[in-house]
Amino acid sequence: MFSDYSLTELGSIFVMQGFAGLILFSVFLLMALGLAIIFGQMGVINMAHGEFMILGAYVTYFTSQFFLNYLPSLFGIYFFIAMILAFIASGALGMAVEWLMIRHLYKRPLDTLLATWGLSLILQQVYRSVFGPREVGVELPGWMMGSLNLTDAIEVQINGLFVMGLTIAITIAVALLMYRSSWGKQVRAVVQNRTMAGAVGINTERVDRLTFGLGCGIAGVAGSAFTMIGSTGPTAGQLYIVDTFLVVVFGGAQSLIGTIASAFTISQAQSTMEFFLSGSMAKVLTLLGVIIILMLRPQGLFVIKVRR
Amino acid sequence: MSSNDDFPKKFSSTRRTFIQGMSLLPAASLLGTTSLFPRMALADTPPTAQVNTTGLAVTDSEVTVGILHSVTGTMAISETGSVQAEKLAIDQINASGGVLGRKIKFIQEDGASDWPTFAEKAKKLLVNDKCASVFGCWTSASRKAVLPVFEQYNGMLYYPTFYEGLEQSKNVIYTGQEATQQIIAGLNWVNKTKGAKTFYLLGSDYIWPRTSNKIARKHIENFMEGTSVVGEEYFPLGHTQFNSVINKIKLKKPDVIYAIIVGGSNVAFYKQLKAAGIDLSKQTLLTISVTEDEIDGIGGENIAGAYSCMKYFQSLDNPNNKEFVAAFKKMWGEKTVIGDVTQAAYLGPWLWKMAVEKAGSFDIDKIAEASPGIEFTKAPEGYVKIHPNHHLWSRTRVGMAQTDGQFKVVFETPDLIEPNPFPKGYQ
Repeated sequence: MFSDYSLTELGSIFVMQGFAGLILFSVFLLMALGLAIIFGQMGVINMAHGEFMILGAYVTYFTSQFFLNYLPSLFGIYFFIAMILAFIASGALGMAVEWLMIRHLYKRPLDTLLATWGLSLILQQVYRSVFGPREVGVELPGWMMGSLNLTDAIEVQINGLFVMGLTIAITIAVALLMYRSSWGKQVRAVVQNRTMAGAVGINTERVDRLTFGLGCGIAGVAGSAFTMIGSTGPTAGQLYIVDTFLVVVFGGAQSLIGTIASAFTISQAQSTMEFFLSGSMAKVLTLLGVIIILMLRPQGLFVIKVRR
Repeated sequence: MSSNDDFPKKFSSTRRTFIQGMSLLPAASLLGTTSLFPRMALADTPPTAQVNTTGLAVTDSEVTVGILHSVTGTMAISETGSVQAEKLAIDQINASGGVLGRKIKFIQEDGASDWPTFAEKAKKLLVNDKCASVFGCWTSASRKAVLPVFEQYNGMLYYPTFYEGLEQSKNVIYTGQEATQQIIAGLNWVNKTKGAKTFYLLGSDYIWPRTSNKIARKHIENFMEGTSVVGEEYFPLGHTQFNSVINKIKLKKPDVIYAIIVGGSNVAFYKQLKAAGIDLSKQTLLTISVTEDEIDGIGGENIAGAYSCMKYFQSLDNPNNKEFVAAFKKMWGEKTVIGDVTQAAYLGPWLWKMAVEKAGSFDIDKIAEASPGIEFTKAPEGYVKIHPNHHLWSRTRVGMAQTDGQFKVVFETPDLIEPNPFPKGYQ
């Protein structure tokens, strides 16, 4: 397939393809981060993760409409405000859900799967009834569209760079919060032993609520960022949920490094195979690979050593 | 899972209707005698016994039809427009005197984007409600699910979506295009006016895009001069990452990207194409899966310059269409857009009315027989005619997407294209 092309052409295509893989990596990591906190740290199987993302996307849409109509001069920077609002909206909804539903289920982690699946159906129908069944188009400021020409042949997508930057920033923030702050210590203590954590004076309920809210808030930011590359509609969250779980489970549920490594492995495998095979085939092979590795290593790529 | 839940519900609902039916019996016989008077009052209303010999839900003043689309679930995004169009057509028919002097009353059921639900609701509409016709379905999967029901209980379905062909039934009128009507003229056009020689075929991975691309490939390889397919690729439904294939396209440099991607993937594809610096004013892209409805989600600025091959565009400049668009917006709001399928759905009730009036009867068999040859001159897309194979003769048009979300019509076939659901040489 490459015989007809010059070396420079091939070189630039491979550079762009490598970049495509990196974008996919950032996208996977960004959608998985929120779930890595909720599923990895709290053990809640949150099937409504995609719907929290879409709430962020809708918030972005409404912010863009607001700026278009009332503050057109500031339209160029609306996206940053939209992401903050998305974080607040999804986080607040997450805390409400935790209070209403999840906190009653900590002793029955498998039931969270059914409960949050039901929640995802409810949220989808709420979006459909409130925002309408049709997809909405989020308009981007001009500077976020198009691509940078590094050379004649190598073009790099600006929104891809944006997602990459955002992913790096959020990953660092989460890592610091989880492993360098006293709040992170409390979260990990509650996860390891809820009773003892309570006994030494940690307000476990508050920690749970904030953790769940944080995970959902990050999902909201991810959803907001994905308006640049995907669709915004009542059921669009379903598009992300499978990949998200795949990344978190494959990486080893409780490990942030594992999530990063697994997002990297899956995205590189998929984007390379998509280039050489067809899209459907690449997906099949990726899933097959994940299944085989999980059969050999049921606990995922990385696992925190715990004495059981 | 769902079939277990449904069982008791279904049982109790049939029993309820049965009991209601029993209690209505005396009332019905009373009505039978009193209805002599309205019959005399309306001279152009033939007696019910004469126009309805098979026990459909037809009274002297009313006829009941069904609307069966998804208003919940994934497909609601696409099917909402069809429901709106069908209700508009029914409204207009009622305002102009109804069908054989009877007002149309509709019963709407929700297929909920779930194919077994479609079959169950179809059965309900035909068996319990005795609907004289049903306007509905959108995906091929839902049509395939209800087809045996319509054939078993002898109902009449008006199906609005452009689809892959390879089907024909006495009990279905296909008001959208079958695949060859949508594909061949578009390929010929792009070959002739753009000098296109190489094609890259893309699609979502299910029956319609695969069958359509098969027809496209056969046409490119066997029926056009010096043209070839340089790539063909499918993506799972809901796929959101297209950067790899976009790089492949950049490498192969096809004259035409031929895209049949649907749903949320569509949005991702065009946004990423734009972000990757592919300028659709220089790179020709031809699609058969993007209507005004889809552009709403994609965003006009992301797809401007792409060509779409359809039979109807909202921007069509003819008096029928202007009237239709005005009426549609008046009923459903200034911001709604009208896509190809929405218009095809609008044809359903009208074609049914004309078939009933031509047959002089609501009987399904007589309508099926009377349908071929029916001409509808007031169609928004222009003149259409029903073919003996129950598909429509219609023109094929190519529109160029604009930033405002509308299409500019750049080509239209001079004649109506004959529907050919079983094309020879394309299988």
